[in-house]
Amino acid sequence: MWLHRVVRAVRLGSKSLMLHKLRSALTVLGIVFGVSSVIAMLSIGEGAKWEQEQEIKRLGSDNIILKSVKPPEDRSANVATEHVIEYGLKYDDLTRICLTVPTVKGGVPARITRQETRYGETAIDARIVGTVPEFLKAVNAGIAAGRFFATLDDEETVCVIGAMIREKLFPVEDPLGKDILIGMDFFRVIGVMSVGGGATGAGSGVAAEDRNRDVYLPLGTMINTQGEVLIRRSSGSFEAERVELHQVIINVADIGDVEPSANSIRHLLSRNHVKQDYEVIVPLELLRQAERTQRIFQIVLGSIAAISLLVGGIGIMNIMLASVTERTREIGIRRALGARRHDIVVQFIVETVVLSTSGGLFGLFLGISIPMAVQHMAGMRTIVTLSSLLLSFCISVSVGLIFGIYPARRAAALDPIEALRHE
Amino acid sequence: MTRASSGNGAGARNGAIVGLEGLSKIYRLGGGEVRALDEISLAIPEGEFLAIMGPSGSGKSTLLNILGCLDRPSAGAYYLGGEDVSKLGDNALSMRRCRFLGFVFQSYNLIPQLTVLENIEIPLFYQGLSPRSCRERSCALAERVGLGDRLDHRPTELSGGQQQRVAVARALANDPLVILADEPTGNLDSHTGEEIMDLIIGLHGQGKTIILVTHDAKVAANAQRIIRLADGKIVADERREGAPHVAA
Repeated sequence: MWLHRVVRAVRLGSKSLMLHKLRSALTVLGIVFGVSSVIAMLSIGEGAKWEQEQEIKRLGSDNIILKSVKPPEDRSANVATEHVIEYGLKYDDLTRICLTVPTVKGGVPARITRQETRYGETAIDARIVGTVPEFLKAVNAGIAAGRFFATLDDEETVCVIGAMIREKLFPVEDPLGKDILIGMDFFRVIGVMSVGGGATGAGSGVAAEDRNRDVYLPLGTMINTQGEVLIRRSSGSFEAERVELHQVIINVADIGDVEPSANSIRHLLSRNHVKQDYEVIVPLELLRQAERTQRIFQIVLGSIAAISLLVGGIGIMNIMLASVTERTREIGIRRALGARRHDIVVQFIVETVVLSTSGGLFGLFLGISIPMAVQHMAGMRTIVTLSSLLLSFCISVSVGLIFGIYPARRAAALDPIEALRHE
Repeated sequence: MTRASSGNGAGARNGAIVGLEGLSKIYRLGGGEVRALDEISLAIPEGEFLAIMGPSGSGKSTLLNILGCLDRPSAGAYYLGGEDVSKLGDNALSMRRCRFLGFVFQSYNLIPQLTVLENIEIPLFYQGLSPRSCRERSCALAERVGLGDRLDHRPTELSGGQQQRVAVARALANDPLVILADEPTGNLDSHTGEEIMDLIIGLHGQGKTIILVTHDAKVAANAQRIIRLADGKIVADERREGAPHVAA
């Protein structure tokens, strides 16, 4: 019963709107842009958030990462007296942390340098990481072929290469068992890492490394072959620095203990280091911070969307008011033929809702295609969520309802006699 | 010619389909008041064909608006089908228009964006009939006024006479107690005017109660009874026993 009334009212409304196609189209433009911009911005934001989260997760949310940082004033002050600059984390730091902070499960030390890596004719600049077998678990990485080194491999000349290194050095050959030249020593490849998510363009504000270009050595081997002092040649002069550990990944037993442990570690390190020659990165904190940024982003988006939909709604109301004046006579006729005020209100509200809903539908299609185009052209990841589609569509329907009420009431309030006399 | 008397109104409640008792309409304009209708009493039995005549400003339109439930009197009572509707609210009046009244206007008053069929359907729609029965009934009505082949035309594609036929069909859609015709031939040439009058006379022949407002004596001559208004009062109430169509 009421269904055919609704169908009929919608048909009648669409018919009246189709009489002025251009006018109706221009009127809904505001809603189209409002809805599509909401969907597009939300999906781009969602994509950026996803990428950021992936990177932070790669660092491990139950990890605390300590890094050695060269203190800026060191260079000018010490270069005259000392030729070797000494800074960064010590083996003692790791031992102290493991022994004094009770929530810490373990620490994975790593020394990091850059060296030319060569196999046959091919050479590639790689990041050389000297570490311990526990490293694999700490960074959630996997092995594609062969194995990672074990405790027994310490001080053996073996290495595990990243997926990218394998691709460059061994495009066709099986790398396992081959010897590659790193610096001045040969190392036997015993394993290949599986492809990990590389650092991508958008949203990579976090210090996550591209592990595909790494070569891993046992820590003992690294110290034996490369020594404690690293000599680098930069723009004609030599630069020597002594860093015991470049990076330590501290693993905490429970995720709830991450933040208090981080505070204890900060405190501990500050007592033993005169200079700020280290950095404490807590992925969990970064995650929280990213969430906060995301929330602000969403509030900004929300207000932009609200304003554009408000403007669209006012546009619709304006046109509907004009339409009511234009159709005064029709209203008079309908009233004379038995339409109640209520019937007239329904007629005009339905018309407005049809208008705004069709705008919402167009906006939906536009809003889905914009992120696709962005993803295709700019290479940014975008995620269109169902909830953003539903949200913006519901908003467009309710804009029609809200901004249709006033014109419809104006139409219904007309005196039928006056309306019939209207030319 | 007999003078209008209050005795006519006394019978309003019983037998008469339309009854007016001491009906007045007063407009307050500026400081003064204008009595558009002054204590009108009238009884119209079922099946009567009544013509209301009078010069402009005599209160014809005001009376028609009240009879058509579009307006409320300032004083007095209006019995429509035995029920006093003079003090009903807007929704109730809409309902009375929807159920009991059919309008034919001078300027046809069809809705331009709707087809012939859809125009005829409007009163049925507000009665809440199902789309199918709406369609069947309005097709039959279009057939009845001789427009069965024009169902999907727009009013602008029709001649004046055809448009008025559509309006007559629309007035019949709800099977009303009373058909109110306001100068139905006013915009038509004399030939098509006669055709429309023949249609209305035919409806009367089928037992419809018709109230016709006109200032054309020739048109009024078709009615059984002619009422003349002047300054808001009934000045003449004339019964014509030998009305041409009754004889025929």
